[in-house]
Amino acid sequence: MVKNGKKGGYPADNFFKGLTFLCALLIVVIMTTLFIQLFYQSVPTIRKFGLEFFWSKKWDPVNLEFGALSSIYGTIVTSVIAMLIAVPLSFVIALFLVEIAGPKVKAIVSQALDLLAAIPSIIYGMWGLFIFAPFMQDHVQSFLMKYLGFLPFFKGIPMGIGMLTSGLILALMILPFISAVMRDIFQMVPPVVKESAYGVGSTTWEVSYHVTMKYGLQGVLGAVFLGLGRAIGETMAITFVIGNGYTVSASLFDPANTIASTLASQFSEAVSQPIFKSTLMELGLVLFIVTFGIQVAAQWWLNRIRLSSGGGL
Amino acid sequence: MKKRPVLFRRLTDRIVKIISVLAALVGIFFLLWILLEVLFRGASSFNFQFFTEISLDGENGGVANAIVGTFVITLTAVFIGVPAGLLGGIFLSEYGRNSRIGNLIRFASNVMMGMPSIIIGLFVYSVIVYNTGSFSGFSGAVALAIIMLPVILRTTEDMLSLVPNSLREAALALGTPRWKVTLHILFKAARTGLITGILLATARVSGETAPLLFTSLNSFYWPAEPWWHFWSFFTSPTANLTVTINDYAMSPYKGLNSMAWGASLLITACVLVLNVFARYHFREKTK
Repeated sequence: MVKNGKKGGYPADNFFKGLTFLCALLIVVIMTTLFIQLFYQSVPTIRKFGLEFFWSKKWDPVNLEFGALSSIYGTIVTSVIAMLIAVPLSFVIALFLVEIAGPKVKAIVSQALDLLAAIPSIIYGMWGLFIFAPFMQDHVQSFLMKYLGFLPFFKGIPMGIGMLTSGLILALMILPFISAVMRDIFQMVPPVVKESAYGVGSTTWEVSYHVTMKYGLQGVLGAVFLGLGRAIGETMAITFVIGNGYTVSASLFDPANTIASTLASQFSEAVSQPIFKSTLMELGLVLFIVTFGIQVAAQWWLNRIRLSSGGGL
Repeated sequence: MKKRPVLFRRLTDRIVKIISVLAALVGIFFLLWILLEVLFRGASSFNFQFFTEISLDGENGGVANAIVGTFVITLTAVFIGVPAGLLGGIFLSEYGRNSRIGNLIRFASNVMMGMPSIIIGLFVYSVIVYNTGSFSGFSGAVALAIIMLPVILRTTEDMLSLVPNSLREAALALGTPRWKVTLHILFKAARTGLITGILLATARVSGETAPLLFTSLNSFYWPAEPWWHFWSFFTSPTANLTVTINDYAMSPYKGLNSMAWGASLLITACVLVLNVFARYHFREKTK
């Protein structure tokens, strides 16, 4: 029999294959074009400020002198705060879902987490601005200043905004993602292994710590990477409450900014001034490269697990 | 293992159990706090005016143009992103399972899925808005489509991969051309999962603000021409709910602030309803 029933294949099928290929390739094209565009648009700033851009604290839209340090600092600090809170919480919630909760409770809590993830980020921003920030100002920040005010983190004027509030809102946003991934990983532990641990008399915690966690540790790290990627790029949830300050301050109560929040809040002003605009583009480029790097690291890491556990994950 | 007294082990176990229950309660607590606040603050600004008028004087009126705008922008994004994503996903699942180019495409879509949406807005701004000289609803739709594309790609690939090969082989053995096998048979088999994926992606994208900040902006008016002239969608800023929330929230007028809450309630309700519906729809079929 002739292969495909016709030499060269049916034209309709070839066309179909070509069409689907082009559509799939589109995403690669978009990604590459994105990088090239950001780079091209940042050239004026790169030429003017060079490498100094990355450790300069200046931010002067009037005299057009810019430095990325305050944005990078703010991005790192808010993300670190978010991860410090969200990762342990997610871990414990995932354990709860897999080991402790009965089926009904598990369904309710899982649904609640899915809803939390589905809420648009600007709603978090609204809630943060009108409800959470005043709460932080009245109750949390003054409390922290009173008892821990000797630390440089808690000095300053409590206005409810700043990196601490932003970090907390960010933690709330990435919590559902990380816990969902962790839950899936914990569910993949073969029941046989857990049952044998229970069989010799381990408590639930001991099984979780010695068996489940060890089995899923590398996957957990992959989940952490993904959460980190989301945290550094989140814009609307924290733009309202980060305060738009362009200094580098140790205090978590002072106004600050992240790369994403600067892009969102300064763009309308920057559009008319080429150097300002290309500065924002360069900040965007930095964010792109960091996100890309995190993805590469996460993929490589998850691939390693897949290979080492024989395709188990 | 070290020998430890039973009491100590039981105690640690109990403490950890309590902590995890508390953690789950924390999650639920914040969810309820946010949802109830949005509900109460938003509902108070719901009235007939809210849905049918636009606000010109900074205090009264409604967000009618924003509702229409979000609807049109999201729909356009779906019309652009979904077919491309479906076709691309077909390639990955039918022709590109183990190939290098397939893996490159998968890698690129993972990267793009994790890309902050504001960067995508920046990109569409510099490609479309800058070159056409005007902000437009259409460029906003393109930005949203770019966000949807990798999600639909991956969902399609995953859903089609779940369809057993025996189905493909049976159809091919009957002489069905490959494209018919995919579009008529595989799609029918994977229909539920595909629809769920599309609905979830649509819900997510309709709530996005950042990509619209630089592309469709916001507008406080109805388009100047009669509604059947679509050109304004391609040439001028288009009102939409999310950027409206952003603008009104920062405004010093209390009336606008409460309208921001109303818009928040509206978009949150739509997104959550779409989410719950999509998941419920999927779950029912697999029973």
